[in-house]
Amino acid sequence: MSGTSAMDTIRMQVMWNRLIAVVEEQAQTLIRTAFSPIVRECGDLSAGVFDRQGRMLAQAVTGTPGHVNSMAESVHHFIRHFPLETMSEGDIYITNDPWMGTGHLNDFVLTTPCFRKGELVALFSCTSHLTDIGGIGTGPDGTDVHMEGIYIPMLKLADRGVMNETLLAMVRANTRQPVESEGDVYSLAACNDIGCTRLVEMMDEFELDSLDVLADYICTSSRDAVMAEIAKLPNGVYRNSMRIDGYDGPLDLVAALTIDDNGISVDYDGTSPMSRYGVNVPSAYTTAYTSFGLGCVVSPKIPNNAGSLSPFTVAAPEGSILNAPYPAAVCARHVIGQMLPDVVFGCLQQVAPNLVPAEGASCLWNLTFRGETDRGSNESTLFAVTAVTNGGTGARPNKDGLSATAYPSGVKGTPVEINESVAPVIFWRKEFRADSGGAGEFRGGLGQVLEIESAIDKEFEMLAAFDRIDHPARGRNGGQDGDRGAVFLKSGERLKGKGTQRIAAGERLVIHTPGGGGFGNPATRDPVRQAADQRNGLATASADGDD
Amino acid sequence: MTKDSPAPRLAIDIGGTFTDVVLDLGHELATAKVLTTPDAPEQGVMAGIDAVLRDTGTDPAAIGLVIHGTTLATNAILERKGAVTTLITTEGFRDVLEIGYESRYDQYDVQIEKPVPLVPRARRLTVPERMDVHGTALLPLDEQAVTALVPALEELGTESVAIGYLHAYANPDHEQRTRDLIAAALPDLSISLSSEVCPEVREYERLTTTAANAYVRPAMARYLGHMRDQLTAQKFQCPVLLMTSGGGLTTLETAQRFPIRLVESGPAGGAILACQAAAEAGLDKVISFDMGGTTAKICLIEDHQPHKAREFEVDRAARFLKGSGLPLRIPVIEMVEIGAGGGSIARLDALNRITIGPDSAGADPGPAAYDRGGDRPTITDADILLGRIDPGHFAGGKLTLAPGQSDATIKRDIGDPLDLTPPMAAYGITEMVDETMANAARVHAVEQGRVAADHAIVAFGGAAPLHAARLADKLSIDTIVVPTNAGVGSAVGFLTAPVAYEVVRSRNMRLRQFDPSLVNSIIDEMHAEASAVVDAAAPTAETVEQRIAYMRYVGQGHEIVVPLPNRPLTDADAETLQAEFDRQYEALYRRTIPTAEVEVLTWGLTLSTAAPAPEPFGESPPRDAPPPAATRRLFDAEANREIEIPLYRRPDLAPGMTIDGPAIVAEDETSTFLNSRFDATIAANGYLILHRKKETAA
Repeated sequence: MSGTSAMDTIRMQVMWNRLIAVVEEQAQTLIRTAFSPIVRECGDLSAGVFDRQGRMLAQAVTGTPGHVNSMAESVHHFIRHFPLETMSEGDIYITNDPWMGTGHLNDFVLTTPCFRKGELVALFSCTSHLTDIGGIGTGPDGTDVHMEGIYIPMLKLADRGVMNETLLAMVRANTRQPVESEGDVYSLAACNDIGCTRLVEMMDEFELDSLDVLADYICTSSRDAVMAEIAKLPNGVYRNSMRIDGYDGPLDLVAALTIDDNGISVDYDGTSPMSRYGVNVPSAYTTAYTSFGLGCVVSPKIPNNAGSLSPFTVAAPEGSILNAPYPAAVCARHVIGQMLPDVVFGCLQQVAPNLVPAEGASCLWNLTFRGETDRGSNESTLFAVTAVTNGGTGARPNKDGLSATAYPSGVKGTPVEINESVAPVIFWRKEFRADSGGAGEFRGGLGQVLEIESAIDKEFEMLAAFDRIDHPARGRNGGQDGDRGAVFLKSGERLKGKGTQRIAAGERLVIHTPGGGGFGNPATRDPVRQAADQRNGLATASADGDD
Repeated sequence: MTKDSPAPRLAIDIGGTFTDVVLDLGHELATAKVLTTPDAPEQGVMAGIDAVLRDTGTDPAAIGLVIHGTTLATNAILERKGAVTTLITTEGFRDVLEIGYESRYDQYDVQIEKPVPLVPRARRLTVPERMDVHGTALLPLDEQAVTALVPALEELGTESVAIGYLHAYANPDHEQRTRDLIAAALPDLSISLSSEVCPEVREYERLTTTAANAYVRPAMARYLGHMRDQLTAQKFQCPVLLMTSGGGLTTLETAQRFPIRLVESGPAGGAILACQAAAEAGLDKVISFDMGGTTAKICLIEDHQPHKAREFEVDRAARFLKGSGLPLRIPVIEMVEIGAGGGSIARLDALNRITIGPDSAGADPGPAAYDRGGDRPTITDADILLGRIDPGHFAGGKLTLAPGQSDATIKRDIGDPLDLTPPMAAYGITEMVDETMANAARVHAVEQGRVAADHAIVAFGGAAPLHAARLADKLSIDTIVVPTNAGVGSAVGFLTAPVAYEVVRSRNMRLRQFDPSLVNSIIDEMHAEASAVVDAAAPTAETVEQRIAYMRYVGQGHEIVVPLPNRPLTDADAETLQAEFDRQYEALYRRTIPTAEVEVLTWGLTLSTAAPAPEPFGESPPRDAPPPAATRRLFDAEANREIEIPLYRRPDLAPGMTIDGPAIVAEDETSTFLNSRFDATIAANGYLILHRKKETAA
């Protein structure tokens, strides 16, 4: 290899690392400036840099697999609506269209063209989850998307540096939290600006007039690396299905996973039809969580970009719950979408049995509450809060599952002290739930038990969107199922896992988040592990089921 | 003792392997390096002290001050060798320490392990009680339940207790009452309260910090007591002050109560050295670059002061991966530490890209060139192969290197798989590590709202001077300072640290409802608390006070730091604060938010002794440099060939001399590498100052 081309290779690798650092900084800016607690406390956001063709070159590693390639797709939509030659320095574009963005109206997506010496050199895009956008609220009860809140088509948020005050006024007027919602829009704008500043600095330093060569290098080497990993797996078609609760009846998620010389494709033919209610999944979100599940097993060390994502293709029949077209209600699409890595794992287990965990709680148990406050007339008298909460993950082939841990989502839980500072609710309990992990040689992660009450003399509403209440996380290789989730009042009444329900003042709401499935035969569990669980009060029985 | 010859002072830095002792006699520094004695650290300390006093003929009674820093608290956590600790917490919240953030620090790795809490579930006990967010008791403390825990505390073999209740930052009554009840029954037990250790919102961070304090407290309190006794027995009459993670000095008694504040005291000493060097060189904006055997530490220094922070992560399970450790909310000097030191191992990742660390070959077995069983190429091996290190004089000639091992391991692990010659592969390794450090510096600068390129670099630690020039290239930095005594930088830094104590109070206030008399009374309270500590340590010293407010828009979760004037506040100061907030916010995030209201979350006050401003060194008349002591063959990657460059020995160089890069300046503990874009002058005080040559200025 000649000296010059060796230098080029090293330069390319250095610049690639720099791009990843740039998008991490973009994401940090978003977290530090966000208003929405689910963004600032939990990390429900995404940030990335794209070339002029709309190819994603780097994405910040944040807590949101659902944004993985949905954000990548959305930049193509932006470019289609606003051709590059019409973009000016200082422009910012915005949408929350579920089918152009990341699958529900709560996610605002902003795209900012980045200019250097008057030339458009790249695009920065970012997404954050706003707590409230009006409508019926952040729950699954809507029967079409327009009930679910303000719908912003592809629009200019800023024109040559001037913010679109009309649009901001519309946003403020269509949410229960006008100040926070507008603040989050500003936060998104700031994060793209910071990304662009850093990219221009990098191009100055490396005397780069265009990202084309670097983009080709990143995409080609990433794709090659993923293809090399896929080549280690035997070609074939592998099938799996999983039944979950659904809104108004059980749903079957059915997958055929094909490994061949072109990559991996997943086809969800046979999956249940879409629902009347807001648990439907737009196809970009289906693709995102499917690709994430594949990435965890096949190519966990390869960064996300257009190249590394390209070997994975996903299809679902239109009109199925995994490809719901406009105007379907989609607000709680995460409840179904987050199940897809488990579905994919059931296929991959047949070719990579030592890499695939048992099923887990999988969907976030987001406690979304809404009601009136007892504050004075100066402020909004309505509150809305989403407390991120989790069950247990599936046991791994050589380790217990993780207790009270998000997977596949990677967002953080909301601190109790923060929840109580933004909403008039009291959490009386938030602890591990003993025995909730599926037994096995390695047990599933434990779920949690929570008790929540209104802090004032007013009722509040719970916008429930939970699963794994009727259909538990299944164990693998002889491991037992995880314990089911549950929602009820301490006074005894059972509540539904989905839909808006009222909790009277003085009543305590009790939540059991589900446990993960176990892995391997419980009789072979290491007695030392089991004794530790018993000593710590996490298991009340010995491994073989005796007291 | 006359004004012209102040009393000699001793600085002691206990590290994992070595204990460094530096005696400052005013006109010279005497140093000793002895092995750390982990079971009774005071023994190593006394041996080191004995050595420097004997060598210099100094009388212990003549010593004016002992300054001490240590990683013992950190190591107790890393090695899980702390006290048997029991947590008493609010009923219903037994698992806060273990539930943590409910997230995963590596999104794609399904095999991760979460950090193990310092207190296992069997030793987490609960009591009925509950404060609300405003500090109002929703449920009174069940005192009988507290008393009933006493037998359990004994049965569990409890050596230390942490008490952490929900919202205790808003009202400490229940925690204090619990302490009193437990102390009445078990008077010898060490008890740490979350409302004292870390009075801040967010239960996981507060309880983890409190548990960590309780975990290290008995051993640290014991050790510090023993050390004081031994010094007294040796006829020392002076005070002993402890270096804190925040870069200030505190009393031994305060350190015994809040030992968690000592965890990063060694690196803090390094940052203080960089402040001193910045002042002497007359540089207002500096990046402190401390690269040792295992890690590199990068810290911003502005106006000769380090940036401060209130959070730090210890014991990262996946080393250096953000989010994999235990979060501590303590005052610290804001710095990033990354797994990039001389011993860091280079390898190829799944994409055949060169990656560095985070694992290190350490001192044992060490880099391949040490020829002591290390079989992996390290940064040091790459530096040797490129010709930047003189293998005949490494570590002052005490360690003979085997450059062939560097060549062989780099060829095998990096060069052959990538089809690169070994020197080109070595260049790739140094480029990647330099880029990693540059990225860390860049992101860190931006997190502080600063631009790395506006700074100069102060480089110290064994490996930093080798890499500083290339780091400067990548950051568009034109000036580098390599101080003298860089090898024992941390202990030297202790000698210049001010006596300082930082206090914070969480008290939420919207600017619209600004209440100057309440703020003034909070500030007075904090001033009294800080004065008590500072006056005890430095009774006659002149002090400097810094007041700040942590502010944000109502509804945000993260604050920015806004300075407050040092005078009683009035109603009109609501506008002063708003204007200053707008200015800081716009500098960080480009635009302010027109409709959003601003609030203060936390008030802070730091009281410190006024450090005498170091004298900037003046100009030295130019002198000719001596001929090089030797020449070295250096691999020039851009030309893809070896070139011959001069090597100078630092002791041969005198103030006013200039040398032209590329060149190497070698000394016992390190070597400074000048690439072709830098020259260097020797300053009046012996510092090596590298300047980017005019024609290539960035």
